Amino acid sequence: MNPQWIEVCAADEIDLEDVVRFDHGEKTFAVYRTDKDEFYTTDGFCTHAQVHLADGLVMGEIIECPKHNGRFNCASGQAIRKPAIVPLKTYPTKIENGNVYIEIEL
Amino acid sequence: MNTQFAKRDYSLTGPEAQRAEDNGLVSANWYASTIPRKRLKQLMRRKDGPAIRDTVIWVVALVSTGYLAFLSWGTWWAIPAFAVYGVLYGSTSDSRWHECSHGTAFKTSWMNDLVYNIASFILFRNPIAWRWSHARHHTDTIIIGRDPEILAPRPPDIKGMMLNLFYIKGGPTGLGKIVANSFGRLSDEDKDFVPEEEWSGACMVARVHLLIHALVIFWALKIGSILPLMFVSFPIFYGAWLTVVFAITQHAGLAENVLDHRLNTRTIYMNPIFRFLYWNMNYHVEHHMFPLVPYHALPELHEEMKNDTPKPYKGLIQAYREIIPALIKQTKYPGYFVKRELPEGASLFPGSEGLETGRADYP
Repeated sequence: MNPQWIEVCAADEIDLEDVVRFDHGEKTFAVYRTDKDEFYTTDGFCTHAQVHLADGLVMGEIIECPKHNGRFNCASGQAIRKPAIVPLKTYPTKIENGNVYIEIEL
Repeated sequence: MNTQFAKRDYSLTGPEAQRAEDNGLVSANWYASTIPRKRLKQLMRRKDGPAIRDTVIWVVALVSTGYLAFLSWGTWWAIPAFAVYGVLYGSTSDSRWHECSHGTAFKTSWMNDLVYNIASFILFRNPIAWRWSHARHHTDTIIIGRDPEILAPRPPDIKGMMLNLFYIKGGPTGLGKIVANSFGRLSDEDKDFVPEEEWSGACMVARVHLLIHALVIFWALKIGSILPLMFVSFPIFYGAWLTVVFAITQHAGLAENVLDHRLNTRTIYMNPIFRFLYWNMNYHVEHHMFPLVPYHALPELHEEMKNDTPKPYKGLIQAYREIIPALIKQTKYPGYFVKRELPEGASLFPGSEGLETGRADYP
């Protein structure tokens, strides 16, 4: 496995306090921009059910799953409201030249 | 579509669970109307204000009618006083329970949790087990063998549904579960959707519920009056009928095993008093399709998606004019269900056609 930085989109394509879906290969990710203009990335599916978190609601650093209202901290991946129990995997995220990059293993 | 209707096993541990899995109905993708992301974000925004206002009104109404009931105890006036108190306590708590279980009623989490736990106690529901039950209901809505909250399995038990207006079926079942849970036992059905790490917590909270009821019974015995029970443990029997009337309209008589809430769920227009008591759950298609939208924003959500959903019912009467004949028909022809008509141009969601059980055309 070889970690690589992959370009996701322009930073301003993600609204403040919002999330976008990013598919790469066979994987899907959720890339967040918090109310404090910080960017984070987690696995795209909720760990409780196969639901895209990108359809959910970002509140500060919290992402709420669109189907069952489970919540995670998008910075740490920690599950903070049931039915979410298992934490999300997180990925290093950076902004360079106005673009969002995430580091994933290829 | 099946042309012969075979009797189905609605339990979560029977063969239908595997059949649902085999047919791709478990944790499947469901149809969702298209709403621009920015607008949806506005609708999903959380607020404390509306739920605090409504909860204050609810509590004031409960205390006022409860006080009148207390004062009138021993007179005929106690009957209307307890009738109103009972509905506010035993019926209204269901919608509060529901919204707070989703965590959408209030913006502040502890407020949702507080109201959820109080309402769970009122309704004889284990708050832990029911949180998972309701999550399953949203995952697999009216999927046979998966959804633990199907109120009208086919053929429907109409007598049982009517008895449940006075919680005669649900009450003892709920209480029996609380007792079993307090002794450390969960049913196989509950174990199907409650994760193992939650079992001990579910048993602990059941003990707390049981202890409170026991204290109320002790108090009633001590003073030689059922009055304490009339306020705490009994309202579910004499006051939950409105919840049953509302809840049956949500899915009864509609399609099963489809992946489109427009086909298995009803939206009904209701007057402001009912909408207050029911916290807008009459917009039930909307709620199922977008569970992150709080109850106070559901009327706006309805405006956004009404052109993509079947025509709403004008009121409870119109809904029951459909439901009652449908349920009666299902007792004879369990393959029958009401087909909701999608708006012109709307297409059936892939996965919905061909999986529904029954009709073509019944029996």
